[in-house]
Amino acid sequence: MRHLLSTQDLSLANAIRILDTAEEMAAVGEREVKKLPALRGRTVVNLFFEDSTRTRISFEAAAKRLSADVINFSAKGSSVSKGESLKDTAQTLEAMSADAVVIRHWASGAPQQLATSGWIDAAVINAGDGTHEHPTQALLDAFTMRRHLAALNGTDSVGSDLTGFRVAIAGDVLHSRVARSNVWLLQTLGAEVTLVAPPTLLPVGVEHWPCKVSYDLDSVLESGMDAIMVLRVQAERMNASFFPSTREYSRRWGLDDARLARLDTLGMTDTIIMHPGPMNRGLEISSSAADSPRSTVLAQVRNGVSVRMAALYLLLSGDLRDPVPVYSPASARRPGPAPRSTNETGGNAR
Amino acid sequence: MTNDPTRGSFLIRGAAVLGKERTDLLLQDGRIADIGAGLDAGSATVIDADGLVALPGMVDPHTHLREPGREDAETVETGSRAAALGGYTAVHAMANSSPVADTAGVVEQVFSLGREAGWVDVRPVGAVTVGLAGQQLAELGAMADSRARVRIFSDDGICVSDPVLMRRALEYVKAFDGVIAQHAQEPRLTEGAQMNEGKVSAVLGLAGWPAVAEESIIARDVLLAQHVGSRLHICHVSTAGSVELIRWAKTRGIKVTAEVTPHHLWLTEELVRSYNPVYKVNPPLRAEEDVLALRAALADGTIDVIGTDHAPHPSEAKDCEWAQAAMGMTGLETALSVVQHTMIESGLLDWEGFARVTSATPARIGRLADQGRPLHAGEPANLVLVDPAARWTVDPQAMATKGRNSPFSGRELPGAVIATFFRGHPTVLDGKLNTPDRSRSTAAAAAGGGK
Amino acid sequence: MSSETAVGASRVVMSAADIDRALTRIAHEILEANKGSRDLILLGIPRRGFPLAQRLALKLGAADPDLDAAAIVGQLDVTMFRDDLARQPTRAPERTKLPASGIDNKVVVLVDDVLYSGRTIRAALDALVDLGRPRVVRLAVLADRGHRELPIRADHVGKNLPTASAEKVRVRLCETDGAGPGWTADEVVIEASA
Repeated sequence: MRHLLSTQDLSLANAIRILDTAEEMAAVGEREVKKLPALRGRTVVNLFFEDSTRTRISFEAAAKRLSADVINFSAKGSSVSKGESLKDTAQTLEAMSADAVVIRHWASGAPQQLATSGWIDAAVINAGDGTHEHPTQALLDAFTMRRHLAALNGTDSVGSDLTGFRVAIAGDVLHSRVARSNVWLLQTLGAEVTLVAPPTLLPVGVEHWPCKVSYDLDSVLESGMDAIMVLRVQAERMNASFFPSTREYSRRWGLDDARLARLDTLGMTDTIIMHPGPMNRGLEISSSAADSPRSTVLAQVRNGVSVRMAALYLLLSGDLRDPVPVYSPASARRPGPAPRSTNETGGNAR
Repeated sequence: MTNDPTRGSFLIRGAAVLGKERTDLLLQDGRIADIGAGLDAGSATVIDADGLVALPGMVDPHTHLREPGREDAETVETGSRAAALGGYTAVHAMANSSPVADTAGVVEQVFSLGREAGWVDVRPVGAVTVGLAGQQLAELGAMADSRARVRIFSDDGICVSDPVLMRRALEYVKAFDGVIAQHAQEPRLTEGAQMNEGKVSAVLGLAGWPAVAEESIIARDVLLAQHVGSRLHICHVSTAGSVELIRWAKTRGIKVTAEVTPHHLWLTEELVRSYNPVYKVNPPLRAEEDVLALRAALADGTIDVIGTDHAPHPSEAKDCEWAQAAMGMTGLETALSVVQHTMIESGLLDWEGFARVTSATPARIGRLADQGRPLHAGEPANLVLVDPAARWTVDPQAMATKGRNSPFSGRELPGAVIATFFRGHPTVLDGKLNTPDRSRSTAAAAAGGGK
Repeated sequence: MSSETAVGASRVVMSAADIDRALTRIAHEILEANKGSRDLILLGIPRRGFPLAQRLALKLGAADPDLDAAAIVGQLDVTMFRDDLARQPTRAPERTKLPASGIDNKVVVLVDDVLYSGRTIRAALDALVDLGRPRVVRLAVLADRGHRELPIRADHVGKNLPTASAEKVRVRLCETDGAGPGWTADEVVIEASA
């Protein structure tokens, strides 16, 4: 894993490895000294071509808890009135010896271009690109679901996946990088995903995705769900005829008070409500749903720091000159016979 | 004129005309003076064409030469050098220059620049509407009557989307045997479009350019052409659905011709997964089934011609985010090889068919009397010698065009242009640029005491 | 050459019985040094330090029936405190688990399998101070092979192993290594460098 660009190319082993590492990072967040020396001397640049205070401070907190130096570089500018090109910006960062670039960009694919163009040697972490992907958001969502599932089963979340976990993702899938990253990652982790949206807000080609698609939120809820992830819907979409009115949208696809109550009558006592934020209360989600005990919105924010610490740690802590060897957490954690090889922290540890 | 030193005689020895029997061709005074086995060279320079295929000089109905206005991207000089190297003896220069080629003045300027350069015939395409704005017809008649004798009119880059304006344009150009070349793209359906709409765009999160946006305009325009009895040309057809519509129109006797680019005969949307803007083009790269339908259509005559849509861009226009990158690919220097790979080596077309779609038919659409002629005695000596057995690796840095945006960069392609004769003059020899034909430049005319 | 070289280039220097005897002795030393089991916490350093700490705790419990062996054992991961992180391929951290009683004002015995350069213990001391403030920190190791690079020494040593720095010391425990072809669990082996 040299970069974290998307969840589509994230293997199960690497996904579990990130989530497991995030568990250790979360433990650090509960200590008195919430800091680790692991990335001392490394420089992380937050390169934001699009405003997102939430994501930026989450990455900033993550990098600082790992003792990295953080440089915030806001390169916001509209596509028309662009100042510096991505290439020039990248080369500036390279000249500043950035070890990692956390990039948020309005253009789909910009992080991948940064990682593959040869403009820069740093590790690239996609912090959301256009309507493409937002891998750390999906990882923190999966982390939140995995902890929920482990708590229900009374098991350890470390090493586990989401086999059989049923997730509904409701809202503007067409314009959502969160939905895309979640579909790929949740599928990799074994969850069953159902997308629920007006047909206008589903991309042509969604039929090739590894998930179910429905236009009817009520029937999806009735079918039984373990998590309902509500996506932000921009009211401006109404002006482009994606739906007739916010009222109609919220009546058909919003998680309103009536549907919140239905979860109880349907006996779905353990179903959680998730939202990547920021929320449009009263549009895609009602206030009582957002604030209900089912809501994991704040846990998601908290988990975001742990997951981003894990990503930064795994990309940056090792020798950056060598490719990271393939690692299988399943075999490493399995009790019983282990391969006859030197244990890094064992007999020959220095 | 006849003792002009740039117009010597050449004896091409043993070329396979249209890939068939080997013969000799004697080029003299800009024409094919004689053709047959064992011709006497006399004082002519002998060119050994053993193993080479002789084809009529290629005619591109669709080239962007960028001059005037974007000389940083391409000039008539550099673009027509690229054309000669690619085996072309005539190109149609699209109207989206700056200023737009929407007046007799601009088209004559482009025409003159082509004459000065002397590598190929540069035939300007006139804009359909003033400034390509889609509001008001440009002075089509003035451009037709100008020295440039414009016959193809197009707002290429932008669709003539107003149905009334399209109807009027189709009707109006009948007065001088013109043709409207439509860039079929319904604008509202393609606002902000970045790539083909389908399973790849869904994953990449890039705004889709649906096939229906092309097909709906083609459907409308063939019906309009039928209604007013006009000639219609469809630029860069890219979808299987468009092929079906054109096939239907032709069976109804509608006077429609269609063009396909070399890149749409080969490349698919899968390449966009790299987010490398070199693959960003309009219309976009489509799916595998579209590519196969386009090849079949070119083979069966539903699609009439190859148009390169050669669209050079400065490197900064491609060294950026996909969404910000310019659309377009270079094509003049790779067209022959790509068509050989996709159509000839696949057995869909022979060299005779190649000559039809790259020379004879495009010349007829553009009403170019001296181009696209068969290789017969007495015909103008516009021809190209091709080594079909050659293989070469595309290196955009080594090309004559200023554009470095070749989607074939690094690919090994078959077939190489060994020589190009433009009006009897070798613009390309041994696969390298030779000299331009200066006989019609104003400098030559002045030296000869002409007009 | 001796018969030890007949087993290829490796020789067994501690058998399962040796290991068990060494741990029994260390357990008694710990009780003696601490004057009983009061406030004792055993923190094993992953991976093999943790099962060794568990075994030690059981032996302490055997010696002192009032002691709840399971309640005094924890695991201390030092991965993110190592000074060679940037020189090695990336390692995922192991879990740090402290006993419910915490470590403040406790007598913490760090337990590891082999003491070599001392750098792991240096990292462990750093990790420890971020978790709390023990009253005393001691170090117990199954084997000390020398070649220290830092001013660190063990309080309790199962066996001193004179080694050449090119040699490798391998500890195999049934909890972490199971058994495999050619060896049974629980042994310490010195291998010549390849």
